[in-house]
Amino acid sequence: METLSSSQGETVRRIAGDLKGRPGPLIEVLHAIQAELGYVPPAAVPLVASELNLSRAEVHGVVSFYHFFRSTPPGAHTVSVCRAESCQAVGGEALAAHVRQQLGVDFHETTPDGRFSLEPVYCLGNCACSPAVMIDGRLHGRVSPERFDALLSEVDRKR
Amino acid sequence: MTSTLYVPRDAGALSLGAGEVAHAIAREATARGLELQLIRNGSRGAYWLEPLVEVATARGRTAYGPVTVADVPGLFDADFLSGGAHPLSLGPTDAIPWLASQQRLTFARVGIVDPVSVADYVVHGGYQGLRRALALSPDAVVERILGSGLRGRGGAAFPTGIKWKTVLEQPAGQKYVTCNADEGDSGTFSDRMLMEGDPLSLIEGMTIAGLAVGATQGYIYLRAEYPHAHRALHQAIAAAYQARYLGADVMGSGKRFDLEVRLGAGAYICGEETSMLESLEGKRGEVRVRPPLPAIKGLFGRPTIVNNVITLASVPTILHRGAEHYAGYGMGKSRGTLPIQLAGNIKRGGLVERAFGLTLRELLYDYGGGSASGRPLRAVQVGGPLGAYIPASQFDTLVDYEALGSIGALLGHGGIVAFDDTVDMARMARYAMEFCAVESCGKCTPCRIGSTRAMEVIDLLIEGRETQGNVRKLEELCELMVQGSLCGLGGMAPFPVQSALRHFREDFGIRS
Repeated sequence: METLSSSQGETVRRIAGDLKGRPGPLIEVLHAIQAELGYVPPAAVPLVASELNLSRAEVHGVVSFYHFFRSTPPGAHTVSVCRAESCQAVGGEALAAHVRQQLGVDFHETTPDGRFSLEPVYCLGNCACSPAVMIDGRLHGRVSPERFDALLSEVDRKR
Repeated sequence: MTSTLYVPRDAGALSLGAGEVAHAIAREATARGLELQLIRNGSRGAYWLEPLVEVATARGRTAYGPVTVADVPGLFDADFLSGGAHPLSLGPTDAIPWLASQQRLTFARVGIVDPVSVADYVVHGGYQGLRRALALSPDAVVERILGSGLRGRGGAAFPTGIKWKTVLEQPAGQKYVTCNADEGDSGTFSDRMLMEGDPLSLIEGMTIAGLAVGATQGYIYLRAEYPHAHRALHQAIAAAYQARYLGADVMGSGKRFDLEVRLGAGAYICGEETSMLESLEGKRGEVRVRPPLPAIKGLFGRPTIVNNVITLASVPTILHRGAEHYAGYGMGKSRGTLPIQLAGNIKRGGLVERAFGLTLRELLYDYGGGSASGRPLRAVQVGGPLGAYIPASQFDTLVDYEALGSIGALLGHGGIVAFDDTVDMARMARYAMEFCAVESCGKCTPCRIGSTRAMEVIDLLIEGRETQGNVRKLEELCELMVQGSLCGLGGMAPFPVQSALRHFREDFGIRS
């Protein structure tokens, strides 16, 4: 297991210290860590456990239970493609195949150059405008393969 | 003179470019030396018209849509600020037939008000329900909810008043009001729209619930996939605290109610109420065994109300306009209105709030306009990924809890996903089990392992291998999951599969 950098360790301790007085704080602590570090480093687990007076198993159990928490650093941009029924009804599977091909990675993977992480998502609540994609927290509706390419190059330019 | 314009901040509208349109309008106004008040409202729910821009005129609000950035200069040239004629003009918003024929009680303010302005909320009838509730005893408030016939809109359709009564009857001490905003069903977005378009109605509903049962703390459990709703809720809660509708002295009553949002982390199972409570406590979202019911032993072991967003947001209008008024809508045991969501392969998708008792056909064709692809509709899935597939031959079924139940389907959270005739129902059945396998919390074996086994069996059917034997295996497996799972995920994931097998046998290679 990689060790935490000293600044990462400081961040984790500060967040856990700030939130530990709240009722049932673990998920909030993990959200805050991921918001700052981009992921929850495995080496943060024992630190969070000791700060919150939980077992390492409890913390690991929560990190691994929830799809949203990641244990590896994300790419510079995160692309989430909805795989659920409403999007499937209007070409969502073809779009997903196109996205995989364009990025050259499968779901749950990051491109080797670290630019894009690709994640599946099961409903973005944009089902009247399917298929839906979220890129870096921005929601897009009625996304055709062509529109996806345009969005991707737009994001890439901003880098 | 300053013109007032409305461009939605709703995530769906933004996903179609409403943010860019708002910027373009502001830029163009500045270039032309015009003064604008740009209000970022919720969506009216007519998504095929988004981005829908509205202008306040002497004759009321006038709509233009769908507007793109390229349309903006032309709209100014046509003097749209005074309601001028333009090819995108839709006339008075309230007269658009798709909207005018709806019966909006819960969504009365969505798309109309500034979602995060307490003042605007109050002008449009907000906090009248809480005012009434403060003048009543807790028993009387619960009595009104019982009398309205309101049933849980999250999907389980349990009478809301009975839940509240149970919590009220528990001995005094810490109690909680929790809102299940983990709207994970594909084809549903009414919770999101409401939280983005009129979050104060949810806040008011939760405050009323707190006063009714003696709970001083509320939590909204919001899914992480809804960042726009998160922002709107944050702003609205802060505004409500500032105006003293939340906090130590709610509306000068001396009563306390505090409210905060807690984010989920991408787990469908957390929409199940006991799993949501586990998650609110910061734990793995594993289902609890009931009893004890959450109303008796819920969050942190204390008596807890767990209600869906739409259920709680319907409370203010019931208190304000009376239980009889609300119960006057609907039919049979399905009282009031339901915000129905039209999704998938549908021409005019969006939110339709109507009294219970409409047929699927009316929704799909009169409102929805048929498929988006122009091909015949073949099936709809009602009630999310655990809901049954309904064939076109049953489109005359009424949308109410009992009528859908009688054909082996369920209403759930009111989402309808339409599919045209290119759909392969064996693949949709496989997906239902794939989804269950991904999202199973792992507690019950039939759900954890059965879903993967079912997927394998459906793969064999798709390959055309030993059809008869594999169909029997699949049917048995479905039955086992239904009977042997603690919660609705494993217990209902077979519904789409069983209904697909029943109605679309040819897709599984079964010769009838």
